[in-house]
Amino acid sequence: MKDMTEGYVTADGRQIGGVLMEMKDITLRFGGVTAIKDISFDIHEGEIRAIIGPNGAGKSSMLNVISGFYTPQEGQVWYKGAPRPAMKPYEVARMGVARTFQNIALFEGMTVLDNVMTGRLNHMKAGILAQAVWWGKARDEEIENREHVERVIDFLEIQSIRKTPVGRLPYGLKKRVELARALAAEPSLLLLDEPMAGMNVEEKEDMSRFILDVNDEFGTTIALIEHDMGVVMDLSDRVVVMDYGKKIGDGTPDDVRNDQTVIDAYLGVPQE
Amino acid sequence: MKDIFITPFVDMFAAPDFLLQVLWEGLVSGILYALIALGFVLIFRSSRIFNFAQGIMVVFAALTLVGFHAMGVPAWISVALTLGVMLALAVSIERIVLRPLVGQPDIILFMATIGITLFLIGFGEIIFGGENKVMITEELGIPTDSWVLEPWGGLLILEQKDVTAVIAAAMLVVGLLAFLNYTRMGRAIRALGDDSQAALSVGISLQTIWVLVWFIAGIIALVTGIAWGARAGVSFALEVIAYKALPVLMLGGLESITGAIIGGLMIGMLEKLFEIYWGQPLLGGNTETWFAFVLALIVLLFRPQGLFGEKIIERV
Repeated sequence: MKDMTEGYVTADGRQIGGVLMEMKDITLRFGGVTAIKDISFDIHEGEIRAIIGPNGAGKSSMLNVISGFYTPQEGQVWYKGAPRPAMKPYEVARMGVARTFQNIALFEGMTVLDNVMTGRLNHMKAGILAQAVWWGKARDEEIENREHVERVIDFLEIQSIRKTPVGRLPYGLKKRVELARALAAEPSLLLLDEPMAGMNVEEKEDMSRFILDVNDEFGTTIALIEHDMGVVMDLSDRVVVMDYGKKIGDGTPDDVRNDQTVIDAYLGVPQE
Repeated sequence: MKDIFITPFVDMFAAPDFLLQVLWEGLVSGILYALIALGFVLIFRSSRIFNFAQGIMVVFAALTLVGFHAMGVPAWISVALTLGVMLALAVSIERIVLRPLVGQPDIILFMATIGITLFLIGFGEIIFGGENKVMITEELGIPTDSWVLEPWGGLLILEQKDVTAVIAAAMLVVGLLAFLNYTRMGRAIRALGDDSQAALSVGISLQTIWVLVWFIAGIIALVTGIAWGARAGVSFALEVIAYKALPVLMLGGLESITGAIIGGLMIGMLEKLFEIYWGQPLLGGNTETWFAFVLALIVLLFRPQGLFGEKIIERV
């Protein structure tokens, strides 16, 4: 494999930057169960990186390691060229890693607008006292962040529901709101946990388009987990394949598609 | 039947000034119920913890304030010091009680707040002693005179300290609503109550927010303590008014600040009206102890989420 540390050019001619995040020999155990076994891979700046694999392969665990919800027993996560110490999820978020969840984790009682505004929390720095009286810096910040949020809302075409409480929205729209909230944070790395799970074809197409647009328009680095092979192959620049907690493939969609180990993992191997 | 459905209303119209007086008294106690309920709602919304300790926090704040003043500290510095104590209390509760219990079932956290209540009762009695104290009303610059009005040629007495309490409570509520709705921290507080996982993923620190809401609950407790103490003195008996917050919460819903306020005022005024016009003539009085609970039960029969609670929407 050619050296890609300084970046590479994709099949469709996009220039991809250097390494943004690197997993080094990550092992994660829950008691006696090894969810992730000695996995290493990297995520380059500006690329769409997919993690795929059959059920129970450890994909979600991997995403949780990246976002700080799980701490691996062995191995390290390198971020922007330096090893990242063990961190709480909110600290990881403050370093510019935003995520969505497989089962949608939104603030159901709050409106779409308020939900998306929470994504801006890390960009607001006014002191508690200034906020308490909503005065000066706190006020300017609120207005400035509000503008940014409106841009994200426009971008994802959810203007018409901005004042609707999230609890009332259908599933597909909730997924989009969750994406909006993650985007509002202007993340350097965006993690999507099964962004298309449970969607119909039309919703899947919409979501794919948004993911591509986000990457294209903001240059956001995206790492995603997805079941739907077709979607993954169309969307991503490079794919990591996991099975039973191990990495069994890593490369461009075409490389992976033709890899015998990957085919076996997905389709099964006939027993002799 | 006549005594129930006709006579009370005739009495009300016969002496409208007295009716106003009754409503005013009800409003003032209603404000205090509402303030306590507000402390509950705030903590519940941000952590799904039903904070049983809100009542004792009122007593503790009031005792601390009076205690500092008794040591010769000027009144307003005592207030500042008391706020410091409430902050220290919030930090210790988060560190010692809540942090080790993160992720436990709600009922465990509820039990923990009962533990906090018992601890504060014991701890408070050791430090401040069990006897009644007088609130330092005048020292704080709260007027103690009365305004005598004469609506319809009758008589209406408004105690200025009650008026002050009403104004202070209103300012507190408006400030709190603005804080929750228009600021980063406020949004974080609401977010955390809705989904703690999602909150973590957008960079909200559980610990910071918990300390913050317990501190705000402490501030509310201090205001309540001053207002109630000015009327009835400061003693551990004050803690029982916290139980009045329960029907208020049932009426108003556990999630709604507006609900807590309106529920508090409604209960305060309705229980006074019932006591004066129905309870005393028909039932021998003392209905105020139970009326609120009966009212709340009736509301629950028809609206299980309370009058203002968020409607439970479940997709199946």
